[in-house]
Amino acid sequence: MSAVEEVAEGHQAVEAVPKRAMTLGTGTSLVVLAALLIAPVFVKNFIIFQMTMLLIYGLAVLALNILTGGSGQFSLGQSAFYAVGAYTTAVLMEHFNVNYALTLPVAGVVCFGFGFLFGQPALRLSGVYLALATFALATAMPQLLKLNFLEHWTGGVQGLVVTKPDAPFGLSMSQDMWLYYFTLVVTLAIYIFSVNLLRSRSGRAFMAIRDNEIAASSMGVNVALYKTLAFGVSAAITGIAGSLGAIAVQFVAPDSYTITLAISLFLGMVVGGVGWLPGSFVGAAFIIFVPNMAESISKGLSGAVFGVLLFLVIYLVPHGARQIAIFGQQLAGKLRKN
Amino acid sequence: MELFTNQVLAGIATGAIYACMALAVVMIYQAIDHLNFAQGEMAMFSTFISWQLMQWGIPYWAAFVITLIFSFIAGIAIERILFKPLTKAPVLTNVAGFIALFAIINSSAGLIWDFTIKQYPTPFGSAPFLGSQLISTHQAGMIGVTVLLLLGLYFFFQYTRIGLAMRAAASVPESARLVGINTSWMIALGWGMASAIGSIAGMLIAPVVFLEPNMMGGVLIYGFAAAVLGGLTSPFGAVVGGFLVGVFENLAGTYIPGVGNELKLPIALALIISVLVVKPAGLFGRHIVKRV
Repeated sequence: MSAVEEVAEGHQAVEAVPKRAMTLGTGTSLVVLAALLIAPVFVKNFIIFQMTMLLIYGLAVLALNILTGGSGQFSLGQSAFYAVGAYTTAVLMEHFNVNYALTLPVAGVVCFGFGFLFGQPALRLSGVYLALATFALATAMPQLLKLNFLEHWTGGVQGLVVTKPDAPFGLSMSQDMWLYYFTLVVTLAIYIFSVNLLRSRSGRAFMAIRDNEIAASSMGVNVALYKTLAFGVSAAITGIAGSLGAIAVQFVAPDSYTITLAISLFLGMVVGGVGWLPGSFVGAAFIIFVPNMAESISKGLSGAVFGVLLFLVIYLVPHGARQIAIFGQQLAGKLRKN
Repeated sequence: MELFTNQVLAGIATGAIYACMALAVVMIYQAIDHLNFAQGEMAMFSTFISWQLMQWGIPYWAAFVITLIFSFIAGIAIERILFKPLTKAPVLTNVAGFIALFAIINSSAGLIWDFTIKQYPTPFGSAPFLGSQLISTHQAGMIGVTVLLLLGLYFFFQYTRIGLAMRAAASVPESARLVGINTSWMIALGWGMASAIGSIAGMLIAPVVFLEPNMMGGVLIYGFAAAVLGGLTSPFGAVVGGFLVGVFENLAGTYIPGVGNELKLPIALALIISVLVVKPAGLFGRHIVKRV
């Protein structure tokens, strides 16, 4: 092993994605939004539920994308933040009768604090060391939720049942459909916030740290502050996704938030394209639907089928869905010229 | 005091398992610069192969050697077929590849040999070692094999041409290529060796944790933790890290009130992280100086 590593030549783990390449064009965004608005009218309740879950996981992947694709830090601990958000909502709703919509900001703030604090010791770690630290957080979380003295609040191993909200103002729509539109609004708000965050001064600071930490700090970026801030923001968004998830699934239990969830979110990010925000939702679709698909192809070998499908995806598009989007853009550009 | 000594001894015994796995982890990290998440599953599959050979009536040591050769070739094949095409892909995509490999191997082993727990023989016997109830001859044998393996690796890397070439390919690939080293094959060789060491670890661990497709899940986590604690650049550190993690884990389970089996892992990990915060390159890892 060499004792000296050239930083300037770019040994960074996360590739440098320019901020313009991080989002979709306005036209495409509007088409996607229209599709998301209209779709529930035509499909069954179960599919609406799956679409809700897609948006929720999409948010969680988006949060990881801000952390990894934006600031270059790696985390396998997202399931812990997701769990904290879910439990915050469940406890507030069931023990204090707080309205479900009001629990979201609370979950966000709690998780922001948690993530920001966790970011402090994580500052000294990077790469695999950071992966291990966040991994420890993810494995510890289900055990902590099962602890005896918290049982009165968390329900222990049994977990808590969450009541599904009805549509307000006497709207005649099913609970699933209302929840879908509610989730969609929250998702949109967070998506717009994230896009603007990455385009702002803070976003540029994240990216400067991702591309070259030493250069960033010599340009006057407060590396410690922005790294922990990235952790905080990511945790907050994951936490909100967690609370939405708790409301949608109507149930929280420690074993729903194991390391498997964190790994799925990571896979979602890779499949969607690291650093490409709309890809988060493509990745979420992958982690929700592909395991089901694999199971329907072969029950006994579902894991193997999933693995093979995953390999196919990363062979075809090593940079995730972003690569397809770039290809499409170039194709559209060519057609316009002709 | 007696309790303390006993717990330390028991910790060393379990530590031997982690040390073995950590050694395999460090081997592949040296060769390819990533942590291979599928390492444990590869070891598990090799162990199943050896079990199958023994079921067919092949004696232990013959099965051991055949499995070793099989794992070495399989490791190289996996690198050539699955991961060589991904050399140019981003690191995180490679990690996703490891997870995919994990799923494939785990699920195939489950289909071929099903998920029931199987007994696995030990070549060392399971009588108490030197009259101690806590450490059996098998565990002593395991510690012995780990130490032998470590010495063997040390000589291989320090005193053979190919060992030198592998080290060169891992640390400065460009210069290594210029002096005529085939770096791409050195990586494949690294995979093969890591897979073979993993299979030894698997065959030694199986009598303790019993053979089943998920046997490596917990072990691999401790193996990673041990490797990171000892420093990912140092095979010696990995072995020491393995023993330390084993002892930590046992002492935490005994002396900290309220720590059952379930909290042992988080506490061990938390302790390792506290060490890393003070020594970011691990206990024996070489600190990498950055030049801008």
